Amino acid sequence: MAIWLLLLVPAAAGLFCFLSRSSSLCRYILCMAAVFHFLLVTWLWTHHGKTIPSAWIGLDDVGLLFLSITSLLFLGSSVYTFGYLKAEAQGHRKDLEENIFFKNSHDSVFTGCLLLFLSTMTLVTVSRHLGLMWVAIEATTLSSAPLIYYHRHHRSLEAVWKYILICSIGIALAMLGNFFIVVAGSEIGDTGNLLSLGELTANASNLNPTWLKAAFVLCFVGYGTKMGLAPMHNWLPDAHSEAPSSVSALLSGALLNCAFLVLLRIHVVMIAAGLGQTSSQLFVLLGLISLVFAAVFIIGQKDFKRMLAYSSVEHMGIIALGIGIGGIGISGSIFHAINHSLVKGMLFMTAGNIMTAYQTKNIDSVRGLLYTRPITAMLWLAGSIAIIGSPPFGTFLSELTILGGMIDTHRYGVAAVYLLTLGIIFAALSAKVLPMIFLRPTGELGQENPLPGPEPAWSVAPLAVFGIFALILGVYMPPWLSKVLDEITRYVGGQ
Amino acid sequence: MNSIFNFLMILLILLNFRLLSSSRLIPCIHTFVMQAVILTLVAWLTHRHNLNIHLIILMSVNVILKAIALPWMLSRVAHKRAISRELDPIVGYTASLIIGALLLGISVLISQPLYLSHTAVENFFLPISLFTIFSGLFITIARKKAITQVLGYMVMENGIYTFGMAMAIHEPFIVELSVLLDIFVAVLIMGVAIFHISREFDHMDTDRLSVLRDL
Repeated sequence: MAIWLLLLVPAAAGLFCFLSRSSSLCRYILCMAAVFHFLLVTWLWTHHGKTIPSAWIGLDDVGLLFLSITSLLFLGSSVYTFGYLKAEAQGHRKDLEENIFFKNSHDSVFTGCLLLFLSTMTLVTVSRHLGLMWVAIEATTLSSAPLIYYHRHHRSLEAVWKYILICSIGIALAMLGNFFIVVAGSEIGDTGNLLSLGELTANASNLNPTWLKAAFVLCFVGYGTKMGLAPMHNWLPDAHSEAPSSVSALLSGALLNCAFLVLLRIHVVMIAAGLGQTSSQLFVLLGLISLVFAAVFIIGQKDFKRMLAYSSVEHMGIIALGIGIGGIGISGSIFHAINHSLVKGMLFMTAGNIMTAYQTKNIDSVRGLLYTRPITAMLWLAGSIAIIGSPPFGTFLSELTILGGMIDTHRYGVAAVYLLTLGIIFAALSAKVLPMIFLRPTGELGQENPLPGPEPAWSVAPLAVFGIFALILGVYMPPWLSKVLDEITRYVGGQ
Repeated sequence: MNSIFNFLMILLILLNFRLLSSSRLIPCIHTFVMQAVILTLVAWLTHRHNLNIHLIILMSVNVILKAIALPWMLSRVAHKRAISRELDPIVGYTASLIIGALLLGISVLISQPLYLSHTAVENFFLPISLFTIFSGLFITIARKKAITQVLGYMVMENGIYTFGMAMAIHEPFIVELSVLLDIFVAVLIMGVAIFHISREFDHMDTDRLSVLRDL
């Protein structure tokens, strides 16, 4: 019942937004739906033992954890969006980078799609049927495409075209993968509902291994595209850099995790079928490739939103690597997913603040943030320290745990590449971020550089909350969280 | 029955080659329609002994969507924006044909270890649906016009979906329908995007969509 409410309330609110033409009404509905969703998810933490999972829908620990991340991030980003939409200029306006004019899509479409996006992401986390998951993942693509095209100009159009075409093709391959799983199970007598996770895991040892391996590769390519693993990540930097900042935060912090969750569930099936070796190897391989790609592209990056997008590729690589390593790497990687969502959500929205202040996305044009926007500067600094994996933030702990997993399993080569790429990214990001904050602006204030300006509460408060959460997770692990992480590790098959 | 089945299979191969080699858009859309109808017919043939109401509804929705609604949308876009042919594709048409032949060979090779011993479907079926999927993928990669890329996506999707239906896959009915709905909305959104692209750039060659890059 609670699950149905989680799905239907945002969807209904979204449809209502489509119909209403009043921008301010839509903004209030967005925030109310987000608060409702968040409260309901919090309530589920104490009561979820009582929800009876059906064959299609149900919440287990890992689903609930990812649902909570999504819900929290959506709440923060909807507060930000509330202020952002209010502050956005109406009608035609000039582009930041080129000499063109464009206008935004209507607020009711934007908020409506945001709410549908929330509903579809919820569906991914609660579904217990691979076919339903496929539908949900494709629906997230469709509902988020109009969000990326909020600023109607040719760059965001290009981004959305790449996003929808690349992701749809990827997901189509995942559907073929689903069919292959069914074929793999066709020698089992009664295959009434084979794609539901419970039946699939129970019958895993009877699946035909050749077909199952082929199915896994197809699903991995398909959902991996959506998760942003290199070399299928091409859509990601474009979509993340052209979308409005609160949408980028959601794409990076919530959507990528959802795709990862589906891969994790298929991985569990592979382990149950005795093919865990194959799938782990694939996770490690693509994790390493993503790390290398991200390191290479962050070094030369001139655009700070694209830099953050490549950092998402990096962190998805780390998460995949942790799963592939197994053992304590699994809990490290789930913990990393939480930390990454908090920090990246915070960073993308801070980047939005910087863009509003400086009217540019170019790293070199942003100087002296500390003098013009002190709170934003502190958030940007804190977020960057967290994202490169320094203490005292949670990212440090989770990256260390994954490293520990590599040492445990004697994978020193993998550990070497991991440390090397993390080191490169550490250096490259610091070299880019620190001048943005501390370097005194060269020109006169007020001409090239913005004057010290107001920082409204909506644009900093949600980010500060995310930052504080990431900090707390770095120094104190709540017992309920560590219990859930242990449960998930057991579910995925580590010790 | 076997001979009808084999005849349809060979027809499918020929249709794929026609898609790969034709530069004109409207005939390509017509070819796609024929392909969708034949693929559904194949699915029907494999299930003709155990038809139930769900299967019949699914097949009719499939035909309505893929043989009527989606092609109608695409040809409307093509008429409105006055596009009749793809003039300079990334891979030429002769080369496309040769690559198509190679793809057919690869599909046969891949299907060797993945034989289907248990279903009523002939051994022929897997390589040919793979070939359809590969040709769709190839068309999306090798053509410049946004509308042709969408056509490629639809061909690929068609291959996958029919493979599923013919494999006697009993997903819950509602899931099957939502899959079709998703695909419909996907192509709808792509169509809207094409409209915007052609308005923004005065044409719809996607090689102009190259501002966002890192290398």
